Amino acid sequence: MQQSIVAQVFADEWPRLVATLVRELGDIDLAEDAAQQAFAEAAASWRPDNTPNRPGAWLLTTARRRAIDVFRRNSTLREKLGRPVSEAEAEASGLIESAGDGGDQPEPNQLLDDQLALIFGCCHPALNREAQIALTLRSVCGLSTRQIAAAFLVPEATMAKRLVRAKDKVRNAGIAFTVPARDRLTERLDSVLAVVYLIYTEGHSASEGPALIRGGLCDEARWLADLVADLLPDQAEAWGLSALINLSDSRRAARVDEAGQIVLLADQDRSRWDTDLIEAGRRRLHHADDLDDPGPYQLQAAIALVHAMASSAEETRWSTIVTLYDHLLSFEPTPVVGLNRAAAVSKAFGPAAGLEALDALAIEPHAASELDSYRYYHAARADMLLRLDRSGEAAASYRRALDLTTNESERRFLSRRLADSESR
Amino acid sequence: MRYMLLLYSAADAGPAQGSPEQAAEMQQWFAYTEELAKAGCLIGGEPLHGIDTATTVRVREGKTVTTDGPFAETKETLGGYYMIDVETLDEALEWAAKTPLTTYGSVEVRPIMEIPAAAEA
Repeated sequence: MQQSIVAQVFADEWPRLVATLVRELGDIDLAEDAAQQAFAEAAASWRPDNTPNRPGAWLLTTARRRAIDVFRRNSTLREKLGRPVSEAEAEASGLIESAGDGGDQPEPNQLLDDQLALIFGCCHPALNREAQIALTLRSVCGLSTRQIAAAFLVPEATMAKRLVRAKDKVRNAGIAFTVPARDRLTERLDSVLAVVYLIYTEGHSASEGPALIRGGLCDEARWLADLVADLLPDQAEAWGLSALINLSDSRRAARVDEAGQIVLLADQDRSRWDTDLIEAGRRRLHHADDLDDPGPYQLQAAIALVHAMASSAEETRWSTIVTLYDHLLSFEPTPVVGLNRAAAVSKAFGPAAGLEALDALAIEPHAASELDSYRYYHAARADMLLRLDRSGEAAASYRRALDLTTNESERRFLSRRLADSESR
Repeated sequence: MRYMLLLYSAADAGPAQGSPEQAAEMQQWFAYTEELAKAGCLIGGEPLHGIDTATTVRVREGKTVTTDGPFAETKETLGGYYMIDVETLDEALEWAAKTPLTTYGSVEVRPIMEIPAAAEA
């Protein structure tokens, strides 16, 4: 029972607690350790009829005490942090004394700043992408090393090493956990949003691995995207990403059938789409729109919203989607975006127009070779050819797509389509 | 924290030797160095002669082996350095981005390893 009280508090309090401790202690490892111990003590001592009035303050005071213990015991840590124990102790004791009986928490504005600083620090461009993702899931979301390893399908020891290396770089290179200056905010935000989006796509795209854990990554990504947007009310792309993830995640239950097979958007049971998430996504996209600063995440969210508003695949406003892809191409002129646009063209204006758009993409040799190694290109092409009754060519394209896929449920799906085209 | 800014560029990149562009770049280097000094961040820094002047020394099995040239053949080579003292990596990166060569070369930013006093004694 007490477990569940702590679990309820965890989601809200963990990132605030770690963020505040990182600022006060100047070390992410120490902050995490102290936070973890505070939660362990909470799990052991809180009772349904005896829970602190302000759990956040209780946790912060407890974590500060644990941090002092660690400081006293660990001389290596003191050296690493380059400060004498007396100074650090005095600082930490001061914090506890000032805390009084119930303990104090930072002012609301300071709390927001601390959380932003933690997120920007974890996603600092001086860290490689894998390290940014691991650190964000550990420090901001509070996932354990074991959970992160399981979600990314790597051995726990590998993930542990990755986290240690990341924290060593943070400490030794002097990566500061601060909110970037105004003129650097947008470029630094790019890296934060990329990390959040990658966590989402990792959870959403691969159906290899235990589905529940992967779904957990989608939850974490949605929570993170909402948090970043809420913390930065004037950053349109942050709201765009948050809208995109809410809208895309609204289809999670309909994406895979009972047999574990992928269900294409066109064939999904739309009654299984999560209307709360659609509504949240719609509101968040409106907020982004009001800021009048368009970008790729907002455009992708707008495309997802057009799908969400359609009662069936046929009723979808495909020509609007083509226009949105045109805008998206101006931000991201990549073959993959072009491919998605061509698929939309085939729905809006017929398979012949779609095929023409696909062929136009492959004129440029570099794009052609990139597309050739991309299974969705061959699958989309096969689909259009089949609709044009060119079943022989369609079968060849399905075979190529099959050669390129490593994903079991995609393989089953493509095999069915191949059999379809061969039987015509 | 102290950081080393290691200045790398390819021999054929940047303004040509003796050109007016190179003279203009020299002025930029002087201005940059002065800015660092005024900000109280400069510990030191010097340009190096080119890799055609480099000699590499190794001692293997007690024998000193001396060879002409840099230790590794790379397109971009070390051409100079600054040592600076700033609060955070972000500040070091800001200074690194301001050097005149960042548009055609690269600056590697490396933190100086602080040896604790106890270990020195």
